[in-house]
Amino acid sequence: MLEIKGLEVKLEEEDKQILKGVDLKIEPGMVHAIMGPNGSGKSTLSYVLSGRDGYEVTGGSATLEGNDLLDMEPEERAALGLFLAFQYPVEIPGVGNMTFLRTAVNAQRKSRGEEELSAADFLKEVRAKAKSLKIDADMLKRPVNVGFSGGEKKRNEILQMAMLEPKMCILDETDSGLDVDAMKLVSEGVNALRSEGRSFLVITHYQRLLDHIKPDIVHIMADGRIVKSGGPELALEVENNGYADILAEVA
Amino acid sequence: MALAKLKSDTTEARLAGVTLPTGAAWANAARADAMARVREMGLPTKRDEYWKYTDPTTLTDAAVGQAALFHSEEAALFDAVDRVRVVFVDGVFDAEASDDLAAEGLEIERLSDAMATDIHWAKDVYGVLEARGQKPVARTLAALNTAVATDGVVIRATAKAAKPINLIYLHRDETSDAVLHNLVKVEPGAEVTLLETGPAAARFSKLLEVDVADGGTFHHVRAQGRDHERRAVTHCFARIAAESTFKSFTLTFNGVLTRNECVLEIVGDDATAHVAGVCVGDGKDFHHDDTVFITHDAVNCESRQVFKKVLRNGATGVFQGKILVKEGAQKTDGYQISQSLLLDDDSQFLAKPELEIYADDVACSHGSTSGAIDETALFYLRSRGVPHEDARNLLTLSFLAEALEEIADEGLAEELRDRLEGWLARHR
Repeated sequence: MLEIKGLEVKLEEEDKQILKGVDLKIEPGMVHAIMGPNGSGKSTLSYVLSGRDGYEVTGGSATLEGNDLLDMEPEERAALGLFLAFQYPVEIPGVGNMTFLRTAVNAQRKSRGEEELSAADFLKEVRAKAKSLKIDADMLKRPVNVGFSGGEKKRNEILQMAMLEPKMCILDETDSGLDVDAMKLVSEGVNALRSEGRSFLVITHYQRLLDHIKPDIVHIMADGRIVKSGGPELALEVENNGYADILAEVA
Repeated sequence: MALAKLKSDTTEARLAGVTLPTGAAWANAARADAMARVREMGLPTKRDEYWKYTDPTTLTDAAVGQAALFHSEEAALFDAVDRVRVVFVDGVFDAEASDDLAAEGLEIERLSDAMATDIHWAKDVYGVLEARGQKPVARTLAALNTAVATDGVVIRATAKAAKPINLIYLHRDETSDAVLHNLVKVEPGAEVTLLETGPAAARFSKLLEVDVADGGTFHHVRAQGRDHERRAVTHCFARIAAESTFKSFTLTFNGVLTRNECVLEIVGDDATAHVAGVCVGDGKDFHHDDTVFITHDAVNCESRQVFKKVLRNGATGVFQGKILVKEGAQKTDGYQISQSLLLDDDSQFLAKPELEIYADDVACSHGSTSGAIDETALFYLRSRGVPHEDARNLLTLSFLAEALEEIADEGLAEELRDRLEGWLARHR
């Protein structure tokens, strides 16, 4: 599904190397997690994959089902099936959540040469999916993320994911700002989307999210590289001993 | 004190050959008084502090610049709204194109008819509110309008009006110089909505005086027309009485020069006065100026000024807004926000927000910002698959939303929003 080879990235504005050769391969249907201390480059990886400005790729490649992601506009990557759930979802006053969702869904369908969803079909689908995420009609009507609590914003991200049905989902610190109940709700939403044809890359500081979204493979990232990979037990090791031991071990 | 030479030269050049129209005695007196004000105050020049950001020369010149007609494929605005249409072509009333000037709760007359009537309520409004609004800042172009206007419409709302009135200003002559003067009197407890649409003329001077009595409600929604080369100076003077509501919204597309002055005087307690505007301008020839002056002279009143401008390719936007809270106008709640979205480095926004407060128990705030499209929000939308241009337009509409929300009627707001969407789609 997603294949990253030797990816090197620096900041566009300053001479600062963030990613120093990242290798990662995610097979269809797999859930990978990336853990790592602050500043290790986890969020940068998610931004570079989804096409945010401000970064310069200095080496390596990233492909989604064989398509070179790095030369594409963010909307083209989205249409190919890439989705990034933001750590800090953006508030957009004056644009209704529903309008936004429908614009996004239809833009993607259009760029894939599919027919746009009718208003009725769209409404039916969004209502059903919103219900399972406990998103009420009021939240759908309100402007995108405006006045939403931390938990509501993250649920809204998962709703977008559910509506857009991407192949490759990147969750950037989706657990940040969530209480236990909200984390459970969000995780259930994510788990409901797990399928053979859909892969996940879950970026997190903490192991607790991975209690709910069980990963197949866990990677530890430090200083712009993936320094260790393993099974779910690796996350537990981090939880119990912190990063220091692992980092010392690979240094 | 004698006027400065440039000012007196400008004024005399403009007034050469101008003769005052005649009508009923009170009308003649109102016009003569207005002309006296013009001579006393002098027409604005670019040296005036109040015209620091907008050059008035083409508005005060005796000669009128040419303005090409703009042909649009779009249907006329508010076509689906059940309304009384009052049509002016290059500033001249067109009875044939207009509806019957009648609706329940409304008395509508042509200005020239009212001005020829010996006893008419218009006597207490025509030029009266304009004259009140000449202090502390001179608005001489408004006085000139009062002196020379012959056409316009005179509206009295006696109850909740059955339908809105739509003044439709058509532009057919490339060198027309139109002057219109409209009056609205809202009787106690009455309610009316006034719509104004269209470019009107190559050069347009329009004045609206609104007298809202106790408990009255006045809604005003205006869409200034799309002709790129037209010039307009418009004034709105309103007197707002106790427990009444005044809400005005203006949308401006294009235009080489637009100066919209809005002068509101809140004279009764517990009243509400909102004035809002959106303008979208493309190109270095676009210049749009909103100048607002709201006086609070009563207790427990609320005023809001919400102005948003979208400027691109070297366009210029100006905002001068003032809240004056007089002594004793306690519990005043005054809010003012002016913002511009600059879509490139060549466009500019000039803002002069002012507060002057002589009461100690008030809440007044003002803010002004200029900014570009928020890159994070843009990325957010694009990461959901929304193409770059569409995302930018969505965020532009998001920027304008607070001003559009000032329109009470959702249908009207939606229609203007659609037009804005269309404009944005055409100006990529």
